[in-house]
Amino acid sequence: MDPEPFEVGHVVREAINILSSSRNGVQISEALGTIKCYLGGTENQAPLKEREEFTRVHFSAFLRGLVSNLSPDWIELLTSDQQKELWDSFFLEGPADQVFLVLLDSIISMGPSFCLMKVISILEQFLQTGGMSALMWEVCHQQAQAGLPTFQETLLNKVVCLPDHLCNKLQGNNLPIFFPQNYFPLLATEIIQVLQRISDSLRDGLDCSISFVSQVLGKVCMHGRREEILKVLVPRLMDLTKVDCIWQRICWRLVECVPDRWIEAVVCGFVQKAPGADVLSRLLGNLVVKNKKAQFVVTQKLLLQQYSYATAVLQNLLGYLALDSLRRYLLIKVLKELLETWGSSSAVKHSPVEQQLYVSKAILICLSHLKEPEIESNGQELLTSMMGGMKCHLDSNLPRVRRLGMIVAESISSRITTDGPCLKFQYEDDDETRELKSLQQTALLQLPVTDLPNHEGGEGDMVKSTWTNSCLRFFHSDDDLIPYDMSEDKELKKMKVPVYIRDCIEVLTGSEDMDKWEATMKVLESLIRRNSATTREVSMELAKVLLHLEEKTYIEGFVELRKRALVAVTITDAVVQYLTSQFYSLNYSLCQRMDILDVLALAAQELSQPQASGKNKPRSTQSPCIQTVPGSDSSQNWRRIVDERIKSKTRRLAKGQSLVEPACGPNKFSSLAGHFFFPLIQNFDRPLVTFDLLGDDHLVLGRLAHTLAILMYFAIHTVAAAAMGKSLLEFVWALRFHTDSYVRQGLLSAVSSILLSVPSERLLEDMTDEFLETQSWLADVAEKDPDGDCRRLAWQNLLLMENLLKKLRSVPS
Amino acid sequence: MALPPPDPQFVLRGTSAEVHTLHFYCGGQEPDYPILFSGSSNGLIHVWNLKTRRVDTILDGHGGKSVYWVEAINGRDRLLSQGSNQQICLWDLAEGRNTVTDSVFTENVGFCKSSLLKVAQGHWLMAMPGKDLDEVQVLELPSKTSVCTLKPEADAKPGMPMCLKLWQPDFGSCPFLLAGYEDGSVILWNLSGGKILSRLGCHQEPVMSLDFDSEKKKGVSGSSEEVLTVWSLDEQQNLKVQKTHKLVNAGIADVAIRQDKKILATAGWDHRIRIFGWKKLKPLAILNYHTATVHCVSFSDHSRPSERLLAAGSKDHRISIWSIYNQTSGALHCSLETRKPD
Repeated sequence: MDPEPFEVGHVVREAINILSSSRNGVQISEALGTIKCYLGGTENQAPLKEREEFTRVHFSAFLRGLVSNLSPDWIELLTSDQQKELWDSFFLEGPADQVFLVLLDSIISMGPSFCLMKVISILEQFLQTGGMSALMWEVCHQQAQAGLPTFQETLLNKVVCLPDHLCNKLQGNNLPIFFPQNYFPLLATEIIQVLQRISDSLRDGLDCSISFVSQVLGKVCMHGRREEILKVLVPRLMDLTKVDCIWQRICWRLVECVPDRWIEAVVCGFVQKAPGADVLSRLLGNLVVKNKKAQFVVTQKLLLQQYSYATAVLQNLLGYLALDSLRRYLLIKVLKELLETWGSSSAVKHSPVEQQLYVSKAILICLSHLKEPEIESNGQELLTSMMGGMKCHLDSNLPRVRRLGMIVAESISSRITTDGPCLKFQYEDDDETRELKSLQQTALLQLPVTDLPNHEGGEGDMVKSTWTNSCLRFFHSDDDLIPYDMSEDKELKKMKVPVYIRDCIEVLTGSEDMDKWEATMKVLESLIRRNSATTREVSMELAKVLLHLEEKTYIEGFVELRKRALVAVTITDAVVQYLTSQFYSLNYSLCQRMDILDVLALAAQELSQPQASGKNKPRSTQSPCIQTVPGSDSSQNWRRIVDERIKSKTRRLAKGQSLVEPACGPNKFSSLAGHFFFPLIQNFDRPLVTFDLLGDDHLVLGRLAHTLAILMYFAIHTVAAAAMGKSLLEFVWALRFHTDSYVRQGLLSAVSSILLSVPSERLLEDMTDEFLETQSWLADVAEKDPDGDCRRLAWQNLLLMENLLKKLRSVPS
Repeated sequence: MALPPPDPQFVLRGTSAEVHTLHFYCGGQEPDYPILFSGSSNGLIHVWNLKTRRVDTILDGHGGKSVYWVEAINGRDRLLSQGSNQQICLWDLAEGRNTVTDSVFTENVGFCKSSLLKVAQGHWLMAMPGKDLDEVQVLELPSKTSVCTLKPEADAKPGMPMCLKLWQPDFGSCPFLLAGYEDGSVILWNLSGGKILSRLGCHQEPVMSLDFDSEKKKGVSGSSEEVLTVWSLDEQQNLKVQKTHKLVNAGIADVAIRQDKKILATAGWDHRIRIFGWKKLKPLAILNYHTATVHCVSFSDHSRPSERLLAAGSKDHRISIWSIYNQTSGALHCSLETRKPD
């Protein structure tokens, strides 16, 4: 049988007819055999022209026919060999793009049946036998001769969404090969195969389009599967591009051809996955210069808008910009933009600390990549932005932000001024600062690859020299004895310490003898606590002296000693009125005012705690240390305590159990709470000449808010609690939109204290409006506040409120 | 970060008086346990059993006057003790006895510790402050015959001797005496001629204590000022200052070089014991335990280096015992390993 050329359509139709109507196995296999001739690959294949016509026009229709006829008893008509040879081979050997579409279409349209299982197993085989690479190759090939855009679009969708379709269809019975975590790596290896074929055909001088592969890559990345696909793709590309420039070109082209709407996902993925800047440079080429969108992503989005990436990503990104002279102008541009953000006071105030850390890291890395001439030409600009940025960082109340400012400023100044003194701040090193400082050096370590041999030689020498050094040291010295820590070796003071409090006052006010003065400071607290009767006689005088006391000479822990003495005085005799009145009076430094707050808080704590035997033991070791260093640990310390209490409280409410108090005694704070609280809260909105709480002195305002929160917390079970709560809620309401996050944190702590200390009935009955207003404000903060701590506190408060309401509902009124 | 300094290994309490002098005797064979003699300001000598860490015997022979020097002579059975009742007593401690068998009247009212040197089997030389204020007398023991009297020339005026150290370059050769004086100078005496070989003014204040390393010909002295001085003796028998170390607090009551010449310990008026490397005077540790002036330090003569102890006696009535830098080979090993990476 030798069909005429124009008869191809006729033959196919006939075959389909036979397939659908016949129940004779021999007839069916004959019909299949006939069609098979058009596929080629067998010994009696049809002429080329007919084959082309068949694949172009009739193949899809025929495949559909095959699938639609599929049923258990129909397939039984063929032997299993015939099944493989005739039925399966159409799918595995025919043009991959059409096969894939027909298979997926049938899967989508079919219900669960034998037929579906058969089609799925064919699809599985198709994937396993490299069908995807055949498919992509086919499309790339066609594209060179202008393909059909809609067809490609559908194909692209199906390729990328295959796991979704199959998952939807098969639910729990899905096969492992269709799981995204298996499918996309497979797709990646197939992409490499296609690229391999493309590179081969390029080497043979044939033209080839890569854009379909790029589209696949882009769409997969866009669909959130970049982790899976790039995990395989990037290491392979890294190896392939290492030596081969054609592969490099292919790789650049691959990224460049990704449509604009997906380029972001792809670039982000590459930046994250590349193990180093040089690799990234090899993979992306000068993409940022050519593609506006990519440039935006790299220079703006990844640096200024997002901040969740690891430091290594930043190093990759900025190293990539620095590696090529064509891209270096972008590095400088980026640095300027980063500095602008870093130096903007609004950004410092309103953006989360994590983002500021991220920006600082980026600046440091940029600086490390800059070369001398580049710095010289931009020196003035750098200096200006450094000065501005430093100022607004140092203004901040958060120590972490201040430290970021110091480190960045130090590093800029050390780069601008090569000779002569550069900026040097005093701060304590922790892991974060060490990491930041290490970033300044990293670029120097990442020398270009060509320098490697030299570099190695140098290192070898160095190793040798240190080794000989150590040997020498070993033989010529007594170094084999390792010294112990000798920091304790300090001068021994022998000084007669005063025994009476009046002597102390005398020494503190008049004495020029510094040793005596120091000795006095050290014993003062214990003296006050031991002789409460005498203290009462001179308490006011003593408080005045202590409050105005200045550190005449360096004494270790002076601030702490003075504060503890003041606390001791405050507890022994009520000089509270004096302290609270001084807080709002003229001629005090901010430091003194904050000392007053700290002392009040500590005294309140001590007064409110039950003392077992009524004996005034010095509790200096237990009392939490509060430092006057603005915005330092103290607030955190307090907040921690309060948080712990909140936690224990919440649990208690939920379980309905009460804990056994270890010691009992009258709450001495109860009668004094009002004296502590009200004088502090009443004047905050009245600015003085030297002291403006609502203006520049927001640091003190933050401390005031925290202190009020503490006082409120310790006023639990006191008569004044309800009144205090009410005025504190008003205070919070007035300041709720304060720009300083430290102040907001204080306010949120205050709300916590109110919720814990004020009896819940009073809170809900007498202050319903305030309560509801606060609740809605809290919900707002919990959602929108840029500061993480604020959000956390707000959530905690909301939870507390919820618990209060629940408790109230459960108790029948 | 350097390790924090160690705590005392143990503390001996119960002298109920200031401890002025310490002397180990640990050389005995197995059934003999190591012992520590301590002399205190109430005239008692305590013999401490270092195994049980308790007092074995209390010797009372100085009439309640302070004991400021004790040293075992001829094993653990004989003990010399010097007290401020101007007596140097020889004790017989064998077989549980505790009697004074002999004594020497020093005719000196100072508190200069004597010095003992074994010159031959059964023969010792003992240097002690003499009758005149600036005089040192050297006796031969056990015969108590005077070997020589060392008296500076009339115009030298070094003041009283404050501390003495007899030594000889090799066993059997002519012995020398190093003496620290009230005016801050250290004088090297030749015993055979009774002549001054060298005089070194190394302190501004009285020399409180000195020790000498006869192998390296190098010694160390401490005074009531805040300087520790190391001096050396050259071929021409001249003393030269080699190195000084400034301390944080003034006053060194005692110095002692360990027998293996690796470390040096000082007893400070500032309550602290300081340990230095002997080769370069590198500060190694500050041992802070006592609450009052430390009067004396002494290293034990354990035969095994790892057991070697340091004892310090203080005004606070306590004797602290330390185990420090005695893992010689181990320390050497690990220091090498730790240094490799740099």
